[in-house]
Parts: sequence; structure tokens; C-alpha cells
Amino acid sequence: MPYSYGKTIGAHMGDKTDVWQGTLALMVLKTLECMGPLHGYGIARRIEQTSGDLLALNYGTLYPALLRLEQEGAIASEWGLSDNNRRAKFYSLTRDGRRLLHKEARSWEQTTAILARFLAPSEEA
Amino acid sequence: MINRLRAWLDKLNGVVPTQEDEQDFSSELESHLQLHTDDNLRAGMSPQDARRNAILKLGGIEHIKQAHREVRTFPLVETTIQDIRYALRQLRRSPGFTITAVLMLALGIGASIAIFAFVDAALIKPLPYADPTRLADVAERGVAFPRSNLSYQDFRDWQKMNKVFSSLEAYTGGGYLLATPSGVEPVPAARVSDGFFRALGIKPILGRDFFSGEDQPNAPATAILTFGSWQSRFGGRKEIIGQTINLSGTPTTIIGVLPEDFQFAPRGSAEFWTTLHVLTNCEKRRSCHNLFAIGRLKDGVSLETAQTEMAAIAKQLEIQYPGSNRDQGAHIASLPELIVGTIRPILLVLLAGACLLLVIACVNVASLLLVRSESRRREFAVRGALGASPTRLVRQFVTEGLVLVTGGTVTGVAVGYLTMRLLLGLISKDALSSMPYLNHLSLNPHVVLFTAIIALLAALIFSFTPLLRLPTAAMREALNDGDRGSAGTLWRRLGARLVILELTIAVVLLVGAGLLGKSFYRLLHVDLAFEPSNLSTLYISIPTNSYKKDEDLIVVTRKIIERTSTLPGVTSVAATSVLPVSGNGNTDWIRVVGHPFHGEHNEVNERDVSVDYFKTIQARLLRGRVFNEQEDRTRPRVAVINKAFADKYFPGEDPIGKKYGGGDLSPDSIKEVIGIVDNIRESSLDGEIWPAEYKAYNQDSDTFFALVVRTSGNDKALLPSLNNAVHQVDPGIGTTDPQTMQQRINGSQTAYLHRSAAWLVGGFAALALFLGVIGLYGVIAYSVSQRTREIGVRMALGAQRVTVYQLILREAGVLTAIGITAGIFCALGASTLLRGLLFQIRTWDISTLAFVAIVLGAAALIASYIPAHRAASINPVEALRAE
Repeated sequence: MPYSYGKTIGAHMGDKTDVWQGTLALMVLKTLECMGPLHGYGIARRIEQTSGDLLALNYGTLYPALLRLEQEGAIASEWGLSDNNRRAKFYSLTRDGRRLLHKEARSWEQTTAILARFLAPSEEA
Repeated sequence: MINRLRAWLDKLNGVVPTQEDEQDFSSELESHLQLHTDDNLRAGMSPQDARRNAILKLGGIEHIKQAHREVRTFPLVETTIQDIRYALRQLRRSPGFTITAVLMLALGIGASIAIFAFVDAALIKPLPYADPTRLADVAERGVAFPRSNLSYQDFRDWQKMNKVFSSLEAYTGGGYLLATPSGVEPVPAARVSDGFFRALGIKPILGRDFFSGEDQPNAPATAILTFGSWQSRFGGRKEIIGQTINLSGTPTTIIGVLPEDFQFAPRGSAEFWTTLHVLTNCEKRRSCHNLFAIGRLKDGVSLETAQTEMAAIAKQLEIQYPGSNRDQGAHIASLPELIVGTIRPILLVLLAGACLLLVIACVNVASLLLVRSESRRREFAVRGALGASPTRLVRQFVTEGLVLVTGGTVTGVAVGYLTMRLLLGLISKDALSSMPYLNHLSLNPHVVLFTAIIALLAALIFSFTPLLRLPTAAMREALNDGDRGSAGTLWRRLGARLVILELTIAVVLLVGAGLLGKSFYRLLHVDLAFEPSNLSTLYISIPTNSYKKDEDLIVVTRKIIERTSTLPGVTSVAATSVLPVSGNGNTDWIRVVGHPFHGEHNEVNERDVSVDYFKTIQARLLRGRVFNEQEDRTRPRVAVINKAFADKYFPGEDPIGKKYGGGDLSPDSIKEVIGIVDNIRESSLDGEIWPAEYKAYNQDSDTFFALVVRTSGNDKALLPSLNNAVHQVDPGIGTTDPQTMQQRINGSQTAYLHRSAAWLVGGFAALALFLGVIGLYGVIAYSVSQRTREIGVRMALGAQRVTVYQLILREAGVLTAIGITAGIFCALGASTLLRGLLFQIRTWDISTLAFVAIVLGAAALIASYIPAHRAASINPVEALRAE
């Protein structure tokens, strides 16, 4: 059975959040890949900024997602100091996480590409 | 896949929520808020707004924590643990209820487990042979014995002629004298044909099996050891293989050791297994029967087909050898049936008894739970009102039931294990050697599975009982304290029915116990026609190498008798070839001189006894005289017969002076009847009285006999000195199995089976009576507590205390009467199942039934008197004010 990230996470969730949860995990992984180790608040801010503030997200929902990723070994966490000398828990991408990110990103690209073809105005009418 | 597993393991690890995890996440959230607040401050917000905004953006903190917790653990497991903790707290709060419930369950479950372990060992676990269901018990069919010994000559013919068995192998008992550090000891053995173990599918764990042909006359003497004998006699040394030991003077090579779990109940005590390579005198004659055989059915051959074929072969031999084989048919049955057939009905009755006890225990605990659920209606209503979902409330009840059952099961397993050990310890060594399958009694997977099933059933009962009483819709009403009447009546009706069920079961068990107890009593008091008290007995085995001639045997036997007679307290000593109450068998075929004879087999028990035998066992001589010392081989042969012999073969005649002999009336078989004795019980306690002949030991001596000693002192204390006295005559004489006659009778398998059945069912019945009466007390006491107000009103309106007594006692009386009546009807039905176990007693024994009714009635009266007294002592003013 092919690994499907969204399904794992969405197991207890309703249909609508299903995709959302899946994509949230992907966003977290991508963010960590770009930014390196980062705390929860940082990740949340970064996702908001990257989305061009189109996503209004309750920062709190990020934490269960982070825990899940950590349980699956995609990320690791460690307490450390922030830029302004605050104690914070930093998350970093593991090797497994990097592999997972690439796989998920590819499959997401494929999905969007397929959907894009469906949604594109038909050419040979 | 690995990732998922890791996540799952992480969760499993987190099932027990730790304070650490909680704190870690709290501080992570706190740091998040700090960071956000810092940012907000930098963006120019006021400190208050900055913090507020951060909290808002984060979302509900408790909500997030819960979501986080759910990822961390399995939510179901977590709440279940909560429920269990709550249930334990609830149970701890009412220790009386908890202990009573757990103990009752433990008793019921423990009894069932113990009995089931026996049932499993005897009836469920297949015998340790290859494909045991294809093994047949092969024997001859005589006129008196449906299953009689097989003659060696017939066996060899059957072996050659049959086409239904892939192998047919014979076995017979035997014994050897073995020199041991503590003197010469007779060791039980078995002699078999060469392929015996191959037919069973048993391979020695050490050494080899008998070669084909090793049972032929020219083969060297070889022996295979049982595992136990290898361990105890040869210290489990591997080098024993190939070594030669001395068995009754014959150098015998040990060639193999049998597996530890090997058992063969028909020869359960045998330690050495040798072949039939040296034929006994009996085995040389076709008319002498001393073997049994086992046969492995060929594929597709049924027992019936085998029976038909073997009967045909027997018929053929009967035509060929009319002298010896007249009326000798074939008897083919299942070997497992032969081994466990006798114990099956008893075990099934005991299992039924244990299960009934378990039902009573469950019903009792269930009614306790009902009473509790009644008093907890308010608690549940409050929890419901505070937002607990109905499923959660139901789960709470189920959890409590499960916790109770778990406690009961764990305790029950311990009780069961102890009971098992206790029961096993009560079996005499002799009885155990004929039931070797009980040696491996243990808490094996079957027993564990059985335990799991009954625990599950009990759990189901307890989970659903309170649910009946948990009408979630009526929960709001339950908050009003006044609501009592309707619920109370409902419970009273249900509780009353449960009590009737309990009393009915108690009656069934009591009747069963009464019948079994009475028949056990009758069994032990069966007419023996001799006096078993103050009799010490000992088996003697004379080494043939030292005493070759019959005269030598007679002399040494006389010496043994003389030597033992001088022991203090001894009043009389005698020898007999077979002790009384050891079972019909060792028979002779007789023909009365001058009576019409058509070659039929007139089978009588044959016993060779010394002069003082009848005096020693105190058997009554009815007519004529007994032997004297002068009557030896040089004199005409004489015999004393029992009353049954006289009645059967000399009807309407005076047997004294009459002569009888073997079927061919050969001169050396002719004996003159000189006396008639009472019907000494030779058979087992519940067996039939057969005609018996007692021959003079001096005219027919044997190397193996039993010494019977009458003492004026303690028969048990005499046993060791008896042993010494025999060895003083000759240390080479083997002695074995010193026991008093009473011990032999009490330890016989018949007595053991009846005794254990009577005691166990009696124990179950006593517990059932106790539990049933407690149940009755519970119902009546609850009813009184519910009716306090009503009784108060009645008394305020002028009811006398006597009337109140009547009111309560009538309620109890009706329940008891229904219970007893129903119980007696059920008992009449159930006791037909007992018929096979009863001895000299009918299933509808009026006195037993009446006794049970009286006992139960009296117990019920006492149980209901206490609450009735409480009701009658109610102070009407207080009762009315309390409400």
C-alpha cells in the first residue's frame, strides 16, 4: 500500500480537515527544510507569512501536528534558546523527515497537476 | 510501516499519562505565548494587549492540551483507565460488598476450574499415543465376563488370522524381584509382545524399542524402563542402556527408557517392560487366559467391522479347539474408552455440580450488584446531569463488572489450583496408578481457555445486570429522592426470581449430595461377610530360584506364618492367593461330578488359602469344616465353597462330600467339598457376588500371595514389624504394599470414586445452600428496608408485631416453597443422570428428598427471621418521620 500522509493523520478527523491536516504537515516539513531548526511559534508565523497571510490559522492546532510528526520520526525536538534569549522547544527535520517531505511534495505536485488539468479550460472543445 | 509502528509504540508508552509530558507541553505553550507576546510588543502593542492577542491567536488552551493528549495516547484506553480507577475507588469504598462478591466468584470459578482440570486430563486431552482413537482394546468374551483375558495361544492365532488390525499386540501384568539397597523388592512390571510400543506409537527417548522377534522363546532377556523408574532407581544415568540387571534371578539387559509422559492405565504401575519371550505355564495352555491385547485398526476399518471379523475368527478356533475354546468369543472396544470410561460419569456429574455452584455464585453477585445499582441511582443521575454521556455511564458499570470478575477470576484460579492439588493428594497411590492420566494435571492452555470462557460469561452477566436497572430516560426522576416505590418493586420481583433460581439449584445439589453420600455410606457398609478391622496385610513374593519345589514353598510359607504369629498382639495369621475386595477374577472353570455337562464354562473365583484363613478374617463357616495342616499334595484334594457356589451348582442338594473338577474331570482336578462359607466379598465393593472356591494352599501353593494378620492391637502400627519378621525368615523374600485391610478397602478405586463424588458434591451443595440462603436473606432484608414506611404505617394503624412477622415470613416462605418444589422436580430429573453412580439406592429416595426439604426450609426460616425481626422492631413514629 502506498504511503499516504494525509490518511494517517486524518484518521480521527472529519473529511474537511483531512486535506488541511495533511497539507499542514507538509507545510511544517517544508518550513523546517527551508529555515532549519525552529520553534512552534516560528513555524506558525512562517507558514502564515509564506501563505501571504491567506491562511488564518489557530496557532494551537499546529502542536498536535508537530507531535504526530515527531512520533513518526520525521522531526526531532530539543529545548534551546531563541534569538531574544527565550527558552523554546526547537523542531528540526530528520533524515526520515527529509525523505518523507520529498515523497509527499512529489505526490502533492502530481495531485495538483492532475487537478489542474481537470480544471483547465478544455482546449479541444 | 515502521514509522507507524513507532508512533503506535510511542502512544502505547504514553497510555499512562505522566506528569512530565503534561508539564513539558505546558511550558512549550508558555514559551510560545512569550515569543508571540515579545513580537507583539515589538510591533507596538500595549503589554496587556500583546498577551491577550497571543492567547487569542493560539486558541483555547485546554482544548489544545486535550488534542495534544489524544495524539499522545489512545483516548479509549485513557478513559478506560479512568473508569477502572473510579471502579476500584467505588469498590474500595464498600469493602464488604467487594470481598463478598470476589469471594463468591472465586469459590464458583475455583471449583469449576479444579473439576475442569480433571475433566481435561481424563476426557479431553487425547491419550499420549499416535492417533489414539484408532486403538482398540482386544479381549475374549467369556460367559461370565463380557471382557475376559485372552489366551496366549489364541492371541497368536488371532494375530496371524486377522485382517482388520495393522498390528495386534498383547500385554499382561507381572512382577520381578529386584535387589535394591534396602533389600529385595518386588517391582511391578508388564510383559508385552514385541510390537507393543510401535502399535501405540511410542518411541523410547533413550536406547531402542524391542526388535521384532524379541518376544520369541530363544530371544535374550531385555527390559525397557519407564521414565520414573529410570530416574528413581537408576538416577537417570544414560549409561544404564546396555547394562545387565538381575530381575528375579534372570540377567536382563536394559535396552531403553520410555518417554516421561508415557502412560498405560491398564498396567499403570508397571516399572519394567519386558517381552513374553519366556512363556508361563498358563501361556502354554490354550485354556488358560492371562493376556489382554491392543490393536491398531487399519484405515477405514471400524470397531464394528473388527468385532465381526474377530468374532468369526473366535468361532473358527472354537470349532478347531472345542475343549478349550467353547463359548469363547471376541470383545473389541475402544482403548480410550476402556481407560477413561469408568471415571467419565463421575467427572461429568462433578463438572455439572461445579457449574451449578458457579451459577449460584454469579446469581448472588448479580443480585448484590442490583441492590447496589439501586442505591446508586442518584449518583448516576447526578453524573448524567453533569454531562456524562449515557455510553460513558454504561461503560462505568461494565468496567465495575469487569473489575469484579477479574478479581474473582484471579482469586478463583488460586482457589482452583489449591483444590486441584488437594484432590490429587487425596487419591491413593493404587487408585492413581490406574488413572495415570491424572499425573499430568496442570493449569494447561485448555484450563486457561475454560477459565477465560467462564470469566467472560460472568463478565457479560455482571455488565448487563445493572443495565437492566439503569433506565437512562428516567434519570432525571431519580434525582427526586421520593422516587423509590416503583423501582423497589421492580427489583424485588427480579430479585425474588433470582432467589428462586438459587434455591432450586441448591435443592438439586443437596439432593445429589444426599444420594451420593447415602450410596457411599451403603458402599462402605456393604456386607463383607468378614471383619476388616484389625487386619494387617502384606504381599509376599518368594524367589523361585531359592525355593524351586512346591514342598519348599509350603515350608517357607509355614515359616513366615509361624514367625509372624509370634509378633506381639497377633492372634492369627493366614495366606491367600488373592485378598478379599480386590475384585472378581482369577477364575477356574468347574464341572460337578455326576451333574449333566455340555462343555459350558462354569466360572468361579478361585482362591488358594492357608488353614487359618477363615478364622483370621472371621468369615462364618456355614456347614462342614475347613482344611487342616495334614491336607497336602499327598492327600485327596479338598475345597471349601461359598454360599453362592452351593446355591448355583448344588441347588436343593447338600454339597458336603460332593466332588467337582475341571471341564475334563482330569483326576488331579477333582476336589471334594468339605465346607461352605459365607459369601466373602471377593468382588469390588459395588461388584456382584460370584460363586467361589477356596482351595488348600498346601495343595496348590504359589510364589506370590498375601499375608493376612489379625491383631488385637493397632493394625497399622504392626505393618513395619510384619515386614521385618518376613525378612527375618529370609532377606531374599520380597514384600510389598503393606496396608491394613481397612486402608485397602478405603483406598480402592471404587471407594475413592464414590467418596470423592460424595464429598465434592456435598461440598458444592453446602456452599450452594449457604449462598442460596444468603441470597434469600438479601432479598428479604432489602424488601424490609424498602417497606419500612409501609410497615410503619401499618403499625401506626394498629398492626401487631405478630402480623408484621407473618407479613415478612410469608414473603420468604413463598419464595422458599417455590424454590424447594421446583428444586425437587429438577432434582428428580437430574438424579437420573446419577443413576450409574448410585449404589443400592433409588433416584427418588423419599428420605433424602424430605431431609433436603427440611434442611433448606429450616435454613431459609433462620435467614428470613433476622429481617422479619428487624421489621417487627420498627418504631412506627421514627419510620414515618424518616421519610
